[in-house]
Amino acid sequence: MSLLEIRNLHAGYGQMTILKGIDMTLEAGEIGVIVGPNGAGKSTTLKAIFGMLNITEGSIHFDGHDITGISPEKLAAHKIAMVPQEHNVFATLTVHENLEMGAYTRRDDYSRVMDEVYEIFPPLKDKRRQAAGELSGGQRQMVAFGRALMIEPKLILLDEPTAGLSPMYMSEIFDRVIAINKLGVTVAMVEQNAKQALAIAHKGFVLANGQNSYTDTGRALLDNPEVAKSFLGG
Amino acid sequence: MTDNRRDLLLFAGLGVLFAIIFYTQGTAYSLRVTVEALCYAMIAFGLSLQWGTAGLFNVGIMGFIAAGAFASLFVTFPVNQAFWDSEGPAMLGDVLVKVAIGAAAVFAASRSGKIGLPKPLVTFLTLVTLAVAYLVVSASLDPTARYIEREAGFVGGLGLPVYFGWAAAGIVAGAIAWVVGKICLGLRSDYLAIATLGIAQIIKTFLKNADWLTRGTQTVSPLPWPVPGAAEVGFTAARASYLVLTAVMLVIVYMLLQRVYHAPWGRMMRAIRDNEDAASAMGKDVTKRRLEIFVFGCVLMGIGGATLIHFNTIFDPNGFVDLNHTFLIWVMVILGGPGNNRGAIFGALLVYVIWTMSEPVTLVIFDYIRTIGRDMFGWQAPADLNSRALAMRVFVIGLTITMVLRFAPKGVIPERLSRKA
Amino acid sequence: MNELVFFINKGILAGAIIGSIYALGAIGVTLIFGILRFAHFAHGDMMTLGAFIAYVLAAALAAAGFAGPLPIAMMVLPIVMILTAGISIGIDRTFYQPLRRSGAKGIVLVMASIGVTLMLQGLIRLFAGPSSRELYFNEPKDIFRIEVPGANQMITVTEPQLALFIVTLISVIALHYFLSRSRLGKAMRAVSDNPSLAQVTGISIETVVRATWIIGGGLAALAGTMLALDVSLKPDLSFNILLPIFAATIVGGIGQPYGAIAGGFVVGYAETLAVFNWSVLLRPIARWTDNAFEVPASLAIVPTDYKLMVPFVLLILILIYRPTGIFKGRVL
Ligand SMILES: Nc1ncnc2c1ncn2[C@@H]1O[C@H](COP(=O)(O)OP(=O)(O)O)[C@@H](O)[C@H]1O
Ligand SMILES: [Mg+2]
Repeated sequence: MSLLEIRNLHAGYGQMTILKGIDMTLEAGEIGVIVGPNGAGKSTTLKAIFGMLNITEGSIHFDGHDITGISPEKLAAHKIAMVPQEHNVFATLTVHENLEMGAYTRRDDYSRVMDEVYEIFPPLKDKRRQAAGELSGGQRQMVAFGRALMIEPKLILLDEPTAGLSPMYMSEIFDRVIAINKLGVTVAMVEQNAKQALAIAHKGFVLANGQNSYTDTGRALLDNPEVAKSFLGG
Repeated sequence: MTDNRRDLLLFAGLGVLFAIIFYTQGTAYSLRVTVEALCYAMIAFGLSLQWGTAGLFNVGIMGFIAAGAFASLFVTFPVNQAFWDSEGPAMLGDVLVKVAIGAAAVFAASRSGKIGLPKPLVTFLTLVTLAVAYLVVSASLDPTARYIEREAGFVGGLGLPVYFGWAAAGIVAGAIAWVVGKICLGLRSDYLAIATLGIAQIIKTFLKNADWLTRGTQTVSPLPWPVPGAAEVGFTAARASYLVLTAVMLVIVYMLLQRVYHAPWGRMMRAIRDNEDAASAMGKDVTKRRLEIFVFGCVLMGIGGATLIHFNTIFDPNGFVDLNHTFLIWVMVILGGPGNNRGAIFGALLVYVIWTMSEPVTLVIFDYIRTIGRDMFGWQAPADLNSRALAMRVFVIGLTITMVLRFAPKGVIPERLSRKA
Repeated sequence: MNELVFFINKGILAGAIIGSIYALGAIGVTLIFGILRFAHFAHGDMMTLGAFIAYVLAAALAAAGFAGPLPIAMMVLPIVMILTAGISIGIDRTFYQPLRRSGAKGIVLVMASIGVTLMLQGLIRLFAGPSSRELYFNEPKDIFRIEVPGANQMITVTEPQLALFIVTLISVIALHYFLSRSRLGKAMRAVSDNPSLAQVTGISIETVVRATWIIGGGLAALAGTMLALDVSLKPDLSFNILLPIFAATIVGGIGQPYGAIAGGFVVGYAETLAVFNWSVLLRPIARWTDNAFEVPASLAIVPTDYKLMVPFVLLILILIYRPTGIFKGRVL
């Protein structure tokens, strides 16, 4: 059985339906990349998985459990974490407090995880007492990742983690994503930089107008001339 | 068309209610209630425009009513010869000159950035100028005020026809609204709520304490009527002609508002109200539109306030209270249906009638409670039970607001967007 | 020297007293503003409600012959705070939560809180009547005097005033530790900072909301009771106390508890010093300079009747020049 199974998902904001039948499956340990034009519904898909929207039809199963429309608070118990596209750190809290908030739902001792996060993102260790809002864009993104990792997720949802970052940071972020994945975390990632992202993806999903256009392995999508023509800029 | 039929039915019901009142309560009393209700409807139009059309949250309606009422009093009340014969006008002129100079200086200071001064310095200069201007003006106003009170009582009025007074009421209320709006409308609506609440309290405090200008708590009466008074044509005819006058004004304003409402301009405002993001994207232009609406709404409130006090022929600063002149109007508008002018009229008439009837009813109910309590439980009611009983009306207003918001957020006659859009 | 003592009593101490009250009120308003995102217009009447509960409890205990080392109304404070906090949560559940759930805009909540404030006003006046009441029941109001060398007047602080300073200090320190050390306190800051991220993180918004009402309601009860002990219980305070508290909140920066404390004292002092009669301090200077200038009998910057103008003007100035407040709060 797959780790994440989305079947015929319809969802939207209030009365407005944005997603009109999304299908998606990810096996444990995979990196799945979602690409597509602006407004295709990529962020909306992640929000729907994360229980933040009205789901009108379809289902989401995770690790054998039906998690359709379940509230974000409860998802932590299923070990799913998300890094939103924007405003993804608590700017007025310190780096350390951001990580503590990541572990808000945990009642056990999480100091080991905290040490691990500081190990994956060494720059954060020096800045642990600084307000997250004062950090550079790349470091803020690390805080956001770190916060999400605090529950030791089985699945992490990343919404355009490289948006607005310089190319140098971009490849660093991709390296981190691979590193996180190597720890055994399944990754579902939305990306604008489709070529680089599909290159590290086990699976790729091309969305347009709230529906799947193409679903294949990352490699195959990169090699698909139609996809290349219409979505990857030639 | 079913909408129109429904409205018709509701208004017919209202007509029956008024007929019952005329039949049971006598013509003179009923005329009074009706005229006052129409004045309230005018004010409710102002709020419906602000809240219903633009989502502007005004909790200082009482202040705009009071300001309008005072403006009209000043323009229409007979000339006080004692004041004009004294040194008062000269001294007051002196104060006004200082106010003008002060305002000009503050304005100049606030614009001194134009000649290249750094921003903190501009702020500092502006604040210092403001403080100095305030001290100078208040230092010369104090003795002037005391002199006028001693020599002439108060400044009196200008003795102009009532219609001038009502125009002035609109202008003054609108001018105050312009200043408040200029400061607050760029920010989120909560700030406007706080600021309007504050300005209303301050206007009232001023009118209550500036004895030289308003006679303060000693009140001013009788205010002139715009139509032949009771002495000339008799009680009923006088009130009836006042009723006709207010009704005509109301119809004119209604038609004006309907035009605005269905114009592209009105549609744009509603779009902005319903979508904060779009509003902020449009930026400055929106703030300007909002300012126009806010000012226009307050103009109506000022005029409504003036018609109200002229009808009662007395200006009493203590008579302006938040409950009757702010929150009651909110109930009228949200119950009637914000963003719908028919709703505003319907709400105003219905709520005002219920409101006036609720006073005797409450007292009767509490009288029963007192009697039953005494006879059955030997309960000695507190001496101020009557004034306590009336506090129940405050409670009911509050309860109505919360209940309407929760269970009928669109009101009795909801806004209809789909047909005209 | 007498003049200086007068200034300490009527200026410095009086400002600190009213400043403490405003600060305690503004902490609640700023937390509610930050977390629930609306201006809570019922806060003034919440304070009055707290004081009224204290009055009822103290009156009952006094009638039962209860006596203690402190005034009864002061000793029942913990109970009063708990009760008021509970009522706040109840009000939230009944009136605000359903609106939040239905996705109403912030301004609709503001209006609901106005509805609530009118209901509270109505109920309090129904049961308490319109007149003001003493919260001391045949108990002595202790007065502490400090002699000043060279002056025949003394610096005076009454028992409730001293108690006010102490409880304000304790509250501020406790709040600081709560917000910076405890899990729930940090979660409150997180929600205030970024509610949607807090939700994504799994922070229970409802728990945080409840904590907010407990703190806001508790401190409101505290402030209301202490004010009533110091002066008297006035059922019609409402907007007269609300406006300075809003001013303090905005001056301090919305969503900033420390800003609210600072803002409370700024507004308290501004108000006190604006109505202070400065002639008192000028007179000795005139005497030393052989009456080189004439000192008017009263030289207040603002007449007492217009006291409410001070917080209002502060509010307007801050909105014009620094809408984020002194502590860089949020601009909503
Ligand atoms: N909070 C919202 N309310 C209403 N509509 C929204 C909201 N967020 C996004 N949308 C709409 O949903 C559609 C998909 O948006 P989104 O999922 O963010 O696209 P993207 O693929 O670029 O991430 C867009 O048309 C957008 O306008
Ligand atoms: Mg997106």
